[in-house]
Amino acid sequence: MTDLSNSKPETGAFFPRDRLWHPPGLTPGYKTSVLRSPQKALLSLDGTVSEITGPVFGHSILGELDNDLIHNFAKSGESAIGERLVVHGRVLDERGRPVPGALLEFWQANAGGRYRHKKETYLAPLDPNFGGCGRTITDANGHYAFRTVKPGPYPWPNGVNDWRPAHIHFSVFGHGFAQRLITQMYFEGDPMIWKCPIVQTIPDKAAIEQLVAALDWGNTIPMDARAYKFDIVLRGRRSTLFENRMEGN
Amino acid sequence: MVQSLGFLKESASQTAGPYVHIGLTPNFASIGGVYETDLGATMVNDKTLGRRITISGRVLDGTGTPLRDALIEIWQADASGLYNSPSELRGSADPNFAGWGRCPTHGETGEYRFETIKPGRAPFRDGRLMAPHISFWIVARGINLGLNTRMYFGDEETANAEDPVLARIEHRIRVPTLIAAANGDTYRFDIHLQGEKETVFFDI
Ligand SMILES: [Fe+3]
Repeated sequence: MTDLSNSKPETGAFFPRDRLWHPPGLTPGYKTSVLRSPQKALLSLDGTVSEITGPVFGHSILGELDNDLIHNFAKSGESAIGERLVVHGRVLDERGRPVPGALLEFWQANAGGRYRHKKETYLAPLDPNFGGCGRTITDANGHYAFRTVKPGPYPWPNGVNDWRPAHIHFSVFGHGFAQRLITQMYFEGDPMIWKCPIVQTIPDKAAIEQLVAALDWGNTIPMDARAYKFDIVLRGRRSTLFENRMEGN
Repeated sequence: MVQSLGFLKESASQTAGPYVHIGLTPNFASIGGVYETDLGATMVNDKTLGRRITISGRVLDGTGTPLRDALIEIWQADASGLYNSPSELRGSADPNFAGWGRCPTHGETGEYRFETIKPGRAPFRDGRLMAPHISFWIVARGINLGLNTRMYFGDEETANAEDPVLARIEHRIRVPTLIAAANGDTYRFDIHLQGEKETVFFDI
């Protein structure tokens, strides 16, 4: 764990989560949610020190290939099969400020839509050179980038013929445990986004569109990899300027 | 029309799905050689200050069936009640204790297990001390937005009785859902997603 250099640590409580923007717990179209969603009201708790603090990860945890899914599981001299991509963007908070030092972890299916997992039964083949996980930490401007191959869409048991659109799962740590977030990135122009019961757990179309990465032609690397840009927004925090600070706090 | 406040919206959550372990605990998912160890697998070392404790339990769905594909993260203060975080302004936490752990539930039994230390007490917003507690975050297939709750200690009756967060639970019959049963240095904390014993979850 390391300090985030030179910027003054922020200690304000986080903006309340807009739970009408997020998917609700109970979404019967996504069947597994029916028995796994709490039914009682949540207890609202304005952030205490337990929620406004959070773990911070230093670059020392990162290996050289952690942000290169094309090579981080591949045999030496080989690479994963699929459409080569650079995925990059920024992690911002709701105030539009960059979030430096944010740990991003991502995972995905291979180019054929198959995950490297013992519970995975899809008949598409494994790629011996593709593990499917990677991670990186945002720089001082909140920017991140990684290389991968485009994941394939895949069928899943929910309705009789439900398919996931191509997607990459993202796990994000900001600066407070209350900012902890897992989400998914989709690809511009994919018509399958709008047929997916997991996407449809999100009630607001604008919230879905916020998860669709744009093809970023400007950053596409000629003769190598196309680029997609995906920004992630974490909860913002209140200014502490006019907070009552009681004794001992 | 008025000026825009210029705020962005938080990215919407999506379920961690059935393969969350590929991304967050790849060694546990038999994807070796990418990371040396899984993050958060070890919380204490020889020099960590405080009383060693074990926390274990299961996450149960609305039928009482344990989730065998869930992932739990915990976040806690060190033995003196300080968090190892840049946002902690009250002092410097034990450098040998990050305070954060991550554990998948067992693929067959659904059990999770953390080897950690007993946290000290930290203040509520108004300065009153909270009872020792550990923050939990639970994700899994079928959970659309990670669930937040807290674990308190069954052998801290006095501190629990004056805890300002527990005091806010209107239906007192639900308070025990947040209190782990103590058995020596081992604490048992089952999380019920639904039903009569549904755990109190927080909007933090
Ligand atoms: Fe997936």
